[in-house]
Amino acid sequence: MFCKLCRMSAFSCLIDSAAVSISKPKQCFPSGINGGNSFFGLHPKVSLSRSISFIKMRSILPKSRIYCTLEAAATSTSPKTFHGLCYVVGDNIDTDQIIPAEYLTLVPSNPDEYEKLGSYALIGLPSAYTTRFIEPNETKTKYSIVIAGDNFGCGSSREHAPVALGAAGAVAVVAESYARIFFRNSVATGEVYPLESEVRICEECKTGDTVTIVLGENKLINHSTGKEYRLRPIGDLGPVIDAGGIFAYARKTGMIPSQAA
Amino acid sequence: MASSAFAPPSSSLISHKHDFGLSPAKCKRSHSRRIVSVMAPQQTQRTPASTGSVKTAMTLTEKILARASEKPALMPGENVWVNVDILMTHDVCGPGSIGIFKREFGQNAKVWDREKVVIIPDHYIFTADERANRNVDILRDFCKEQDIKYFYDITDLSNFKVNPDYKGVCHVALAQEGHCRPGEVLLGTDSHTCTAGAFGQFATGIGNTDAGFVLGAGKILLKVPPTLRFVLDGEMPDYLLAKDLILQIIGEISVSGATYKAMEFVGSTVEGLNMEERMTLCNMVVEAGGKNGVVPPDSTTYKYLEGKTSLSYEPVYSDQTARFLSEYRFDVSKLEPLVAKPHSPDNRALARECKDVKIDRVYIGSCTGGKTEDFLAAAKVFLASGKKVKVPTFLVPATQKVWMDIYTMEVPGSGGKTCSQIFEEAGCDTPASPSCGACLGGPRDTYARMNEPKVCVSTTNRNFPGRMGHKEGQIYLASPYTAAASALTGYVTDPREFLH
Repeated sequence: MFCKLCRMSAFSCLIDSAAVSISKPKQCFPSGINGGNSFFGLHPKVSLSRSISFIKMRSILPKSRIYCTLEAAATSTSPKTFHGLCYVVGDNIDTDQIIPAEYLTLVPSNPDEYEKLGSYALIGLPSAYTTRFIEPNETKTKYSIVIAGDNFGCGSSREHAPVALGAAGAVAVVAESYARIFFRNSVATGEVYPLESEVRICEECKTGDTVTIVLGENKLINHSTGKEYRLRPIGDLGPVIDAGGIFAYARKTGMIPSQAA
Repeated sequence: MASSAFAPPSSSLISHKHDFGLSPAKCKRSHSRRIVSVMAPQQTQRTPASTGSVKTAMTLTEKILARASEKPALMPGENVWVNVDILMTHDVCGPGSIGIFKREFGQNAKVWDREKVVIIPDHYIFTADERANRNVDILRDFCKEQDIKYFYDITDLSNFKVNPDYKGVCHVALAQEGHCRPGEVLLGTDSHTCTAGAFGQFATGIGNTDAGFVLGAGKILLKVPPTLRFVLDGEMPDYLLAKDLILQIIGEISVSGATYKAMEFVGSTVEGLNMEERMTLCNMVVEAGGKNGVVPPDSTTYKYLEGKTSLSYEPVYSDQTARFLSEYRFDVSKLEPLVAKPHSPDNRALARECKDVKIDRVYIGSCTGGKTEDFLAAAKVFLASGKKVKVPTFLVPATQKVWMDIYTMEVPGSGGKTCSQIFEEAGCDTPASPSCGACLGGPRDTYARMNEPKVCVSTTNRNFPGRMGHKEGQIYLASPYTAAASALTGYVTDPREFLH
């Protein structure tokens, strides 16, 4: 298990590492936390030069979908944000490019295989994509945000597609439009936020640009170009993703009984 | 009684109409597609007073979902909880769905209905890959534990024929085993689950998490799709197959033209198609981004179902005044054999315009093009030619039953020869063990997998980069007629070269 916080180079200069105790990954996962609450072990007076306040921890433990938040000095909850490098792809990126069929023998609900699946994310992209999503000797990506054109995720219903992206370390995809099964799977699993842009940002962003997504304001900022873009509001899916996926949402709304022992 | 004084003709209830006759119109792909997840067409609401009836006109798809969600009526865009009649899964997605089911409902939880879960190993079967083989074991253990009624197991991989329960490709097996019934809701952990819409039911593909949910709850949350109507009229030329029709349509509306929508196929041509051809039509609905495809059930449907299912079913049909998002009309008699060029199912071209494309191999198989009718069609072309194929021609029957048919059914006009004899005389490879085969590449040792960059004419459903294995492979999607004709010449070939 690794912590995105340590990985994201964009963050390292912003955080006073002494104030953050993440010495052992397991300490990041107090069970039951599910939302913008303060982080265990974080000194309450720590202040950040930015209001970056949201880091999604990918959990492979059952039940937990934990969000650890580093809050700015203010006590009010900051809007959810994602910050990191972006990886740009074109139109009609189908599921075979996201995760080629030969890797589908890996079962996503099995923790070891989940991680392995992540290491193959976007490996099916043609060689025209000279920059790889994941470096050949790595298992995680340094790009936490994928920016795409139309019809992202078309093709198969394989849930391995959003799972591979999430397992690799992506937190959000910002596409012009999605194929429906991929979109649905992203929400059901909560693996990546499937966000929609209003214009073709895949033509205005380059792989390696630093971007910030401010979810509460439906905004994407490209720091490398200085441009801002509007995103379509996440709408009805918000409660489902916030709850932690379709199961958590169904339990919360009484659709299915609380988790059996 | 509804007053007929205020009964607008059906054409006014369609937002826009498109007529297509002769040559394929250009695909508009330069501008970006804004996909709206719901669209109720803008039409004036008919007040109950003007019709004297409170019944809302609905499409076939809307009616199925209304009944399944126990609502008297609903409209596109509504999110509804739907009761599921059949949930299908296979060896690739089954283990993951089972894992989620157990994790969320409990290790000792039971599925919502042991007779409504159909488990069909079919994707990575005849391989030495240990994980693939383990995945079938996972299915078996689960079926034993849950006492699942329909599990089409395979234990002896060396000879598929000694496995009495094994079927093969899930979508073809579902139809052959009588699990597809008009008016029902069928979900599967595979995008081509939409194939079952040929039986006039709502059938769509879902992921592992949704499937895990259905395993426990027996319900799913769905957004009601608006319907696109495709009217196919005219006599089907004897060189065209349903594959050509669907390639025509996908080329017309693009790979995202039907996203979040239902595709309804009607017209005299459709009525003249047999069940397997209707399945081919609905199979590739997902390639246009469609949520589901439907063909209204009729006597062809009922005849096919005789003896296959003992459960009763109640078909539904679109109301005369139901609202459709768009209507597309095709004069089938004017259409020509098509291919989808690399690397997209909507990269449509006339087969005859690709006659200079040299090919390395031909693949006839999959849920799209590996059914009995598909092999009969290919055999017809080989018979008409009488010559041998010029490139390796791989034949992968979808199911055990298809394999049997190839070896027993007589090809009309052949003087009593079976498909298998004709294939052998033409120099095709021996028909392989039934499974999904190389349609999606699969483990490295999969029969007919494209492990080097080759040019292949295939009766399968997708040709995105790497689909059959190698990223630089070039796949031309085609009908079984076109595939067979191409095998005979070594180039992409219009079947009219052999069929007159």
